[in-house]
Amino acid sequence: MISLAGRDIMHAWGKFVFTGVGLGLLIGVTLSMAGIYRGMVDDGKALLDNSGADLWVVQKDTLGPYAEPSSIYDDGWRGIRSMPGVARTANVTYLTMQVRHGERDVRTMVTGVTAGGPGTPGWPPYLVAGRQITRSHYEAVADIASGFKLGDCLQIRRNSYTVVGLTRRMVSSGGDPIIFIPLKDAQEAQFLKDNDAIRQQRRRTASNPAFNRPQVPGLLDAVIASQSTNSYINAVLVQIEAGRDADEVAESIRRWKRLTVYTRSQMEEILIGKLIATSSKQIAMFLVILSIVSAAIVAFIIYTLTLGKIREIAVLKLIGTKNRTIVGLIMQQAIALGAIGFVVGKITATLLMAPIFPKYVLLEPLDSVRGFVAVLMICVLSSIIAIHAALKVDPAEAIGG
Amino acid sequence: MSSKGIHIEGLRKRYGSGDTAVDALKKVDMLVAPGEVVGLIGPSGSGKSSLLKCLGAVIEPTAGRMTIGDEVIYSNAWKVRDLRALRRDKIGFIFQAPYLIPFLDVTDNVALLPMLAGKPNADSRKQAVKLLQSLDVDHRAKAMPSQLSGGEQQRVAIARGLVNRPPVILADEPTAPLDSERALAVIRILNDMARKFETAIIVVTHDEKIIPTFKRIYHIRDGVTYEEAGEGRGFE
Ligand SMILES: Nc1ncnc2c1ncn2[C@@H]1O[C@H](COP(=O)(O)OP(=O)(O)O)[C@@H](O)[C@H]1O
Ligand SMILES: [Mg+2]
Repeated sequence: MISLAGRDIMHAWGKFVFTGVGLGLLIGVTLSMAGIYRGMVDDGKALLDNSGADLWVVQKDTLGPYAEPSSIYDDGWRGIRSMPGVARTANVTYLTMQVRHGERDVRTMVTGVTAGGPGTPGWPPYLVAGRQITRSHYEAVADIASGFKLGDCLQIRRNSYTVVGLTRRMVSSGGDPIIFIPLKDAQEAQFLKDNDAIRQQRRRTASNPAFNRPQVPGLLDAVIASQSTNSYINAVLVQIEAGRDADEVAESIRRWKRLTVYTRSQMEEILIGKLIATSSKQIAMFLVILSIVSAAIVAFIIYTLTLGKIREIAVLKLIGTKNRTIVGLIMQQAIALGAIGFVVGKITATLLMAPIFPKYVLLEPLDSVRGFVAVLMICVLSSIIAIHAALKVDPAEAIGG
Repeated sequence: MSSKGIHIEGLRKRYGSGDTAVDALKKVDMLVAPGEVVGLIGPSGSGKSSLLKCLGAVIEPTAGRMTIGDEVIYSNAWKVRDLRALRRDKIGFIFQAPYLIPFLDVTDNVALLPMLAGKPNADSRKQAVKLLQSLDVDHRAKAMPSQLSGGEQQRVAIARGLVNRPPVILADEPTAPLDSERALAVIRILNDMARKFETAIIVVTHDEKIIPTFKRIYHIRDGVTYEEAGEGRGFE
C-alpha cells in the first residue's frame, strides 16, 4: 500500500509548506515564551547561586533584598558572625539603576560588596577577564552583558568607576546585568543626595541651636558628617559552616537578632513564587492562547483540505477503502503539518528568537520534547473535526443522484 | 443463460416510511451475462441511480434478490458481511466524470485497488500498466490526472473499474461529457473489456449516440424494468 497522505502532501506541497511555516512561526513564539520563563527562573537561580550565600539576613518582616526593599544597620554582621554555625558574613547592597556608559544608559543592578578576598559572599565567583576589586573605591567588576569592557569608565551618580574585571551570567532576577562596586561607594550611591539638598541640610543643621553650640567645638561638624554617611545595607549574606543545617542556623539568627532570615530554598520560593509570579502567569496565558490559535489554524487547514477532497473520499470509500485508511490519510497530514511547524518553530526559536531577544531565553531540550508532543497532540485533536466530516461522507455520493 | 454474471430478481427500494415513503424501485429484474454490455435507460426520476446504488452495495434494497456469479449477495437482506470488500473485489465503478484521485499518478490511480486488496505495490502497478496498455493510455502512466485529456481520463477511470477483474461493472453515464467519436470509442472499449475479462457491464445512459450500440436494453420507468432487444450488434 502506498501512503495516500504522503502523496497528497507531495501533490499540494506548496500549501503544506506555506501553512507549516506559518504554524512554525507560532510554535517558535510559543517555544520562545517557554524559554523566556525558563530564562527568568534561571536568572533567579543564578542570582542566588552567584551570591555565594546560604542565608540572607534582611530587615524584619520584609521579603528583601530582591523582592522588597530591606534596610538594616551595617554593623549587624559582627553579631551574626559570632552565632554558632556561621562561617562567614558579608554586607551587601543592591540597587537597580541606569548606569551611564559614554552616550548611552545601561540598566543594571549595582551591587555593593564588602572588601575581602574571592569567596566572600556577594563577590562574583569567577571572572572572564581582568581582576577582582582590590581598592575600596571607584573600581567595578561588570557583567559582560552590560556591554562594558575592561578599562571602561562608568558613571554611577556623581562618581566614575573603572572596570577592572568582567564576569558572566551575573544578572538580577529581572535579567539586568550586575555591576559590582565597593560597598562604601554603593552605600553612598544608594542614599546620595544632590548638592542642593546637602547644602540645605547643612544650613538647617547649622541653624539648629541644639547642634550648633559654640561651647562644644566640633559638634556641628560631627553631626554633619554623620548625616552625610549612610550606614545602612540591604542584607547580610551568610555562609554557614559545612555540615550545619541551614534551617537551624537561620532559626537561631531569627531568635536572637530580631531580623528576618531566609534560607536558599525560601529565597528561591520568593523569587520564583512571588517576584516573577506575574510574569510567569502572563507567559502561561500566552502559551494557552498560542496553543489555541495553533490548534485553530491546524483544524481549519486540515478541515479545508479535507472538504476539498470530499468527492475523492467518496470515491475512495466506494471502491472499498477502509475508514481506517481515510482516518490515517487525514491524521497523517495533520501530523505532517505539525512536524513541519515544529521544525520551523524550533529553528525560529533557536536561531532567531533566542539570540535577538532582549531577555535570556533558555531553551530546555525537555521543553522541546514536551512542545513536540503537545504540537502532535494538538494536531491530532484538531484533525478530529475533519475526520468526522470525512467519515460522514456517503460512498453513494460518488454515484450521485 | 448461465448463473454467472449478475442476476437481479424482484428488487425493491423504498425511501422513508409512512405517508412520505417513496417507492423508487418497485420491480427490477435484470440478468446480465459475463461478457455482455447492456444499456439501462429511463427518464429522470425513474430509479436509475437508486438501482446503481443498490447494485453498488452503498444503499440497502428493501426486498428482492441479487446474485453475482454464484454468490447471493442480497436476499431480502445483505448476505455478505463485508460490503466494502464486496465493492472492492466484485464491482467496478465507472462514473460520469472520471473522479480520478488527483494526487496519485495514472498508474497508482489504477493500482490503488489491488493495493487496497492487499496486493504488493509492484505487482499492483504491473497489473495496472498492463491494463493501461490494453486501453492505449500506457504512455501517460506517469502523468498526473490533471495533465490528461478528458478521453484519456475516462480510459484511466475504465482501467480502474476493471483492474480487480470484477465480475460486474456499473457505468453511470460514462460517455456524457464526451463527443460522439470518443463516446463510441469508450463503448467499444467496454465491449472489448467485457469480452476479454468475462465481465457483466451495465451502462446507465441517456446518450442517444450510444443507445444504438446495445444488443440488449433495460428500460426503467417508475421503478419497474422492461427488457427490450436493442438494435445494436455490438462490436464483434
Ligand atoms: N434518498 C432519497 N430519499 C427519498 N427519495 C429519493 C431518494 N433518492 C431518490 N429518491 C426518489 O426516488 C425516485 C428515483 O430517483 P433516482 O433513483 O435518483 O432516479 P434517476 O436516477 O433515474 O433520476 C425519485 O422519485 C426520487 O425523488
Ligand atoms: Mg439519477
